[in-house]
Amino acid sequence: MNHNTTIAAISTAQASAGISVIRISGDDAITIADRVFQSKSGKTLSEMKGYTCALGQAHADHEPIDECIATVFRAPHSYTGEDVVELSCHGGVYLTAQVLRAVFDAGAQAAQAGEFTKRAFLNGKLDLVEAESVMDLISSRSKASARAALNVKEGALSRRINEIKNTLTDQAAHLNAWADYPEEDIPEIENSTLNDILSIAKINLEVILKEYDNGKVLKDGIDTVIAGKPNVGKSTLMNLLAGYDKSIVTSVAGTTRDIVEESVNLDNIILNLSDTAGIHHTQDEIESIGVDKAKNKVNSAALILCVFDSSKELDDEDRAIIRMVKDTNAIAIINKTDLPCQMDMAEINDAFEKIVNLSAKHGEGIRELIDAIKQVCEIGDVNAADALIYNERQRALVKQSINCITEAIEALNMGMTLDAVTVLIEEAIGSLCELTGERVSDEVIDRVFHHFCVGK
Amino acid sequence: MSTYFAGEYDVAVIGAGHAGIEAALAAARLGCRTAVFTINMDAVGNCPCNPSIGGTAKGHLVREIDALGGEMGRTADECTLQSRMLNRGKGPAVHSLRAQIDRRKYSAVMKHKLELQENLDLRQAEITDIAQDEKGSWLLTTRMLGVFQTKTVIIATGTYLGGRIYVGEVSYESGPDGTFPAAFLGESLRKLGVKTRRFKTGTPARVKRSSIDFSDLEVQKGDEPTVPFSYDTLTPPKNKVDCHVSWTNENTKKIILDNIQRSPLYGGKIEGVGPRYCPSLEDKIVRFADKKRHQLFIEPCGEDTEEMYLQGMSSSLPEEVQIAFYHTIPGLENAMIMRPAYAIEYDCIDPTDMLATLEFKNFPGLFGAGQFNGSSGYEEAAAQGFVAGVNAALKVQGKDPLILDRASSYIGTLIDDLVTKGANEPYRMMTSRSEYRLILRQDNADERLTPIGYELGLISEERYQRFLRKQELIKEEKKRVAKTVISPSPVLSEILVSRETSDVKTGIRLIELLKRPELNYEVLAPIDPDRPELDPAVFEQVEIAIKYEGYIKKQFAAVENMRKLENKLLPDDIDYRGITGLRLEAQEKLSAIRPLNIGQASRISGVSPADVNVLMIYLVKQKGRQNHE
Repeated sequence: MNHNTTIAAISTAQASAGISVIRISGDDAITIADRVFQSKSGKTLSEMKGYTCALGQAHADHEPIDECIATVFRAPHSYTGEDVVELSCHGGVYLTAQVLRAVFDAGAQAAQAGEFTKRAFLNGKLDLVEAESVMDLISSRSKASARAALNVKEGALSRRINEIKNTLTDQAAHLNAWADYPEEDIPEIENSTLNDILSIAKINLEVILKEYDNGKVLKDGIDTVIAGKPNVGKSTLMNLLAGYDKSIVTSVAGTTRDIVEESVNLDNIILNLSDTAGIHHTQDEIESIGVDKAKNKVNSAALILCVFDSSKELDDEDRAIIRMVKDTNAIAIINKTDLPCQMDMAEINDAFEKIVNLSAKHGEGIRELIDAIKQVCEIGDVNAADALIYNERQRALVKQSINCITEAIEALNMGMTLDAVTVLIEEAIGSLCELTGERVSDEVIDRVFHHFCVGK
Repeated sequence: MSTYFAGEYDVAVIGAGHAGIEAALAAARLGCRTAVFTINMDAVGNCPCNPSIGGTAKGHLVREIDALGGEMGRTADECTLQSRMLNRGKGPAVHSLRAQIDRRKYSAVMKHKLELQENLDLRQAEITDIAQDEKGSWLLTTRMLGVFQTKTVIIATGTYLGGRIYVGEVSYESGPDGTFPAAFLGESLRKLGVKTRRFKTGTPARVKRSSIDFSDLEVQKGDEPTVPFSYDTLTPPKNKVDCHVSWTNENTKKIILDNIQRSPLYGGKIEGVGPRYCPSLEDKIVRFADKKRHQLFIEPCGEDTEEMYLQGMSSSLPEEVQIAFYHTIPGLENAMIMRPAYAIEYDCIDPTDMLATLEFKNFPGLFGAGQFNGSSGYEEAAAQGFVAGVNAALKVQGKDPLILDRASSYIGTLIDDLVTKGANEPYRMMTSRSEYRLILRQDNADERLTPIGYELGLISEERYQRFLRKQELIKEEKKRVAKTVISPSPVLSEILVSRETSDVKTGIRLIELLKRPELNYEVLAPIDPDRPELDPAVFEQVEIAIKYEGYIKKQFAAVENMRKLENKLLPDDIDYRGITGLRLEAQEKLSAIRPLNIGQASRISGVSPADVNVLMIYLVKQKGRQNHE
């Protein structure tokens, strides 16, 4: 049996295009896709024939991320000649990256530059002419990736990854010296010490992942939904933030029927804004589609700006919205503060951690809003340029390393013998070496001789 | 002086050490007319360093040589004085067998085996010249002016080639253990165009048993019962001797540091590169200055000798300094040194000049094995000797070569490391060198390699049938434990509680119990009354397969990926400098090493994953071109 690792990547250009496609290829492509994709019809992808597609949702941890279409290709009738699933996502760059991450978490590995094409070659799917052109492409890409690797190598990430790698390499070297030189007086590593060291390495890698997510947010923006019942001033807020009239602003409820997207830069924080149709019950069929979309958007957004009209009392629709944004990253925006306040603020205070008073019409309260966003999104004073890991491939490698360490810790606590633990630690080191562009090679062995006085 | 024609062979092996022996036996057993030349008939299969075979990772090599049909394991079993399985409790991947052996007996047994082997001539002769005639045959000239014509040559010269011994200020040309060196062959090889370099190694003193005071020394005994190396040894060897442990101290250190300038290494006389893993005591003391003491093992050299080997105490300091520092060690205060410690420097080659068959890339029909290839150790030498011998024979017979990949064996890993990464110091095998070590265990060498040995024709039908029967029993036992359900009982509860693992309330399959790290076949015996009577080796295989199933699966998946790349062969005539897209460093490295396949290419330092992609595309492009033509 030829078992191929299953790889995935975004195979369309990573720009704000209408649709981006995630390609998953390998023996487990369909199984993995089934873990993140749920079709509307309830049919699993495993049940589908090649060259068929299904509409549905991608989700992570049971939370929907994005609506997408999954196309199933069965080996050998696919680009790579393996089983392939392509997920066409409709959300922007950020959502697509989230879907890709879910795919990685479900068991796929990040594809290397040109790896789909490489597999297509290996499986005889490309001919001479195609081979020539792809080769040019890859060689130009490899130059680009070499430059990227160089940046990583010299950068802060490399320093921190190396620190963690060093700790792990020391442990692996110690374990190997202990196994390869049983008759030298090499101290045994206490399980608890090893456990502590591995746990710390794991936490440090998780911090890097977390920072990546922050960096990602800084680089690609925070997917932000402006929510609220009709006519509380959502579009006015949007326009205020965006600096010009994008939405049609009238005082007739339900003017904004679709989601309007706009990226704005507020004090170096990029918000990918979606203005939604006011959320309320409606008989208007077209408008009700807009309302459904808005609800989905709220569920998948990274930040929700929830707008209330302080000149009116809270009604059931407001309360429905409050319920909907419960447990999300939401900020209450009390609009129309230029008018007399009629609203019961106690209810709002109970439901939201952050409340900002704003007069969208007069442009007051923007500074407070920016501070609130920074707090809610835990951004702090980080600069986008400091983001440590730059792409999903690197993230996947950090993740892989974390998984290996987790497995090693589990093995250790289960009472497995240390030979298995050592191999897992070496795999974790391997992933980090790949990240920094180094080969694993004889690093561990060199360390053995550097630190331990061994040999006859 | 005129030469005379002395004979004709298919395979000629230069050197009858551990590499030469396996090479000659394999070639002769495969039906080739074989000669093996030794400089001294009494030095065949000599163990000029430690009187032991095996050890960590080396034990794996011996097992593998045996599983393929080599000789080292059987002979070691016949000559065992004490046997131990090292690393028990550290996991099956690092279990390694080591046997103290009677070194003179080992030498005699091996020599006799060579003498008795059909198709094989053991000859005492120093080869002084090597040349190739216009038809491609090799011509070997002996010191006595005999000229042998041979289709293939395997060089296995150990530390003899250009050997030079150093003891303090004293230095002279010599082979190991006071033998003659091979003084001319090195120059002849260089004239031919073979590039050589200098490596060094060393050995400790041998002291007289009756001069050692054992009374306060820690005793180290063998295992009871012992496990043999060879799958052919049906009666495990008996332990006949004890070893002892002692330690150096501050006085030892002081004497060494006071005299460090008298060491040829620190005095700058030796240019050869020594191994980090086999350091002299002065190396250890200088490099690890904080360490207060160093351990040593006192090991008997044989049953009918009083010579005792001091493992860990190699040195190239002057003899008078040696005597002084050995006398600081507890138990050795009055030790009488029978043979002093010495360092030896010798010629070897850069193994990246070789193919994975151990044939020189630039000299068809010329093979190398052992220390000549830059390795160190009897077992590493034997492993290469076996592979070189088989491949020389297969070449003579016009058959496909034997190439063992990294996932098949430590032997494959050793050779791949040598020919792909090269050796900057004498290469020693270690378990940490194998990324697949959870599946390359010493306990399953037969499963991995015996079918290959059988197909080669080096495993007897009787032994092969025995092997197949064992595999069958393993399969049956796996089935049995998978379907046997154990009901909860006070006996079971007591076992589980006493092993600190969770109790069960309902019936549980035996396989689930064996999965638990806390449990094993032995402790589960009381609740498993229907267990068949089987060889412990069968239970061992089943238990490891069950306990390590997840990790083993993971390694097999990695192996599949590696093998896919390994199957993408790179043609001999690729012009790497002409491939656009390859980085300059990769072009240079690839041109120098000329890997056999994509997998090997990817392991060369300086070749990036992107370069590998470019190579693969180049390959497909070439194939496309051929199809068009």
